[in-house]
Amino acid sequence: MNLQTKIAVRPDGSQTPVHQDLPFQQDQEAKIQTAYGKLSGKEKIKIGMQNLDLYYGDFQALKGINMEIPENRVTAFIGPSGCGKSTCLKTLNRMNDLVENCRITGKVTIDGEDIYAPRTDVTLLRKRAGMVFQKANPFPMSIYDNVTYGPKIHGVKNKAKLDEIVETSLQAAALWDEVKDRLKKSALSLSGGQQQRLCIARTLAVKPDILLMDEPTSALDPISTLKIEDLMGDLRKEYTVIIVTHNMQQAARIADNTAFFLLGQLVEYTNTTDMFNNPADERTERYITGRFG
Amino acid sequence: MKGKNRFRREYAGRAVVTAFGIFMIAVTFAIGIFLAYKGLGTFTTYKHSLMEFLFSAHWNPADDFQGGGAVGAAIFIVGSLSTCGLALLIVVPFSLASAIFLTEISPRFGAHFFQPAIEIFVGIPSVVYGWVGTSVLVPAIRKAFHLQVGYGVLAASLVLAVMIYPSITTVAADAIRSVPQGYREASYGMGSTRWQTIRRIVLPNAKSGILTGIILGLARAFGEALAVAMVIGQMKAFPRNIFSPTSNLTATIAADMGGAAEGGEYNTALWTIALLLFFISLLFIFLIHLVSGKVEHSNEK
Repeated sequence: MNLQTKIAVRPDGSQTPVHQDLPFQQDQEAKIQTAYGKLSGKEKIKIGMQNLDLYYGDFQALKGINMEIPENRVTAFIGPSGCGKSTCLKTLNRMNDLVENCRITGKVTIDGEDIYAPRTDVTLLRKRAGMVFQKANPFPMSIYDNVTYGPKIHGVKNKAKLDEIVETSLQAAALWDEVKDRLKKSALSLSGGQQQRLCIARTLAVKPDILLMDEPTSALDPISTLKIEDLMGDLRKEYTVIIVTHNMQQAARIADNTAFFLLGQLVEYTNTTDMFNNPADERTERYITGRFG
Repeated sequence: MKGKNRFRREYAGRAVVTAFGIFMIAVTFAIGIFLAYKGLGTFTTYKHSLMEFLFSAHWNPADDFQGGGAVGAAIFIVGSLSTCGLALLIVVPFSLASAIFLTEISPRFGAHFFQPAIEIFVGIPSVVYGWVGTSVLVPAIRKAFHLQVGYGVLAASLVLAVMIYPSITTVAADAIRSVPQGYREASYGMGSTRWQTIRRIVLPNAKSGILTGIILGLARAFGEALAVAMVIGQMKAFPRNIFSPTSNLTATIAADMGGAAEGGEYNTALWTIALLLFFISLLFIFLIHLVSGKVEHSNEK
């Protein structure tokens, strides 16, 4: 992985380290026009949400979300704590099913299929939309077993095939070189940043086409964070990546499109350049300039 | 002045707590020493060998101070082992299934109905279990298997199984609950079904806690006297099959302790059985530490 960084000066005058192959630099053309704004991306829309409402008991956590997420792009969800960004992320692989009293109305589609249709196979859905969590949560087993866990539950038994999956997944998560000599060692012996990359590798091992990341770097040191951010540029070539982040600079650095949530509503959703340079909504502007939240 | 007072209270509090702690440790030691003093008489005063006590089936201690009887406790040891072992075989699947049910499958039902029901189980005195055993279980076993008597290993094992069910279930459920939620999320997040998550993630990670629960249950089963004494049949013979009446360590003490002359060979032999039970419970505690210590170690690596 190319870890050479250069410093970019943002339009507002702040400095931020960027990598040469960062998506933000690569793709500034906004091509998809939506009700909210112009999105970066090719024609293909991967995920759609229509009039999505979500309730935890009596509390309405998401209010009428309408969103289209383009394929092979990094989309960041930002907003203050409790704004619904993580909840929204979890509707995409139905992890909210595990929460008691959680009720959803409206429609969520992946490749045009309604994932809340009654006969949806949730296990296949979660295989397609893999998730990386806020806290690195490798299983207390070997590095190798962590990566093969997913393929094994989906029926891969062939040892050679599993070996290959382990290597490609760890390489895709930029961890292979660091662990290739100790695959049988416990995953808990890795550092926090390595553990999180292992979790990414573990998720990639089931060959998803969507990667959902719930604040994946919030518990990591800056160098580990940088490594994972750097990874995003590569991941977006193969996956549709959605990342929830508290860190606006992170969204600015890595996301093609950014969505700003506030109190369960989608306030603004557009390509990252527009979002951070000329936000349309006053609330967005106040949030990204730090006068709010 | 006020500050000084507070310090005095601090020290006083610490002294009281420490004193109680030391007292309990002292009591435990005292019991151990007392049992050793009483129980070792079989080997010192009455010159029996440890081998005879552990492996001979001939139990006929003299109820006097001359000695010369036989103190082979093998029948009781086998009785204890077989009833406890069978009880475990019966109860572990039930306990494990219940623990999984009330933590993973239906936590709300578990918390509202299952848990209280299990707590009631714990509160029932053992004499009641024994009584229900003799009046319901024993006749039922006799009828079901066309036996002459229903008393025996199976009856004792079933009673023990019911008695240790709550302890194993509660400890196992706690162990399952303490498996970090992140593991479950990760597993579900990759598309595992609930059963895959339980079998591959939850149970392996709760293994040491579940084992601890099983050992605790086993310890309780080994120590249970009254209920077992009421249904085991109290025959001084090895069990030929799971329906045979036999006897065990605790039931022997319970049945004979009143009749034997203090300090005589019979009385001393019973104390030796008590000492053996004490050692067995020490062994169980050692096992528990071994099992739970192992896990902490493997987490450190």
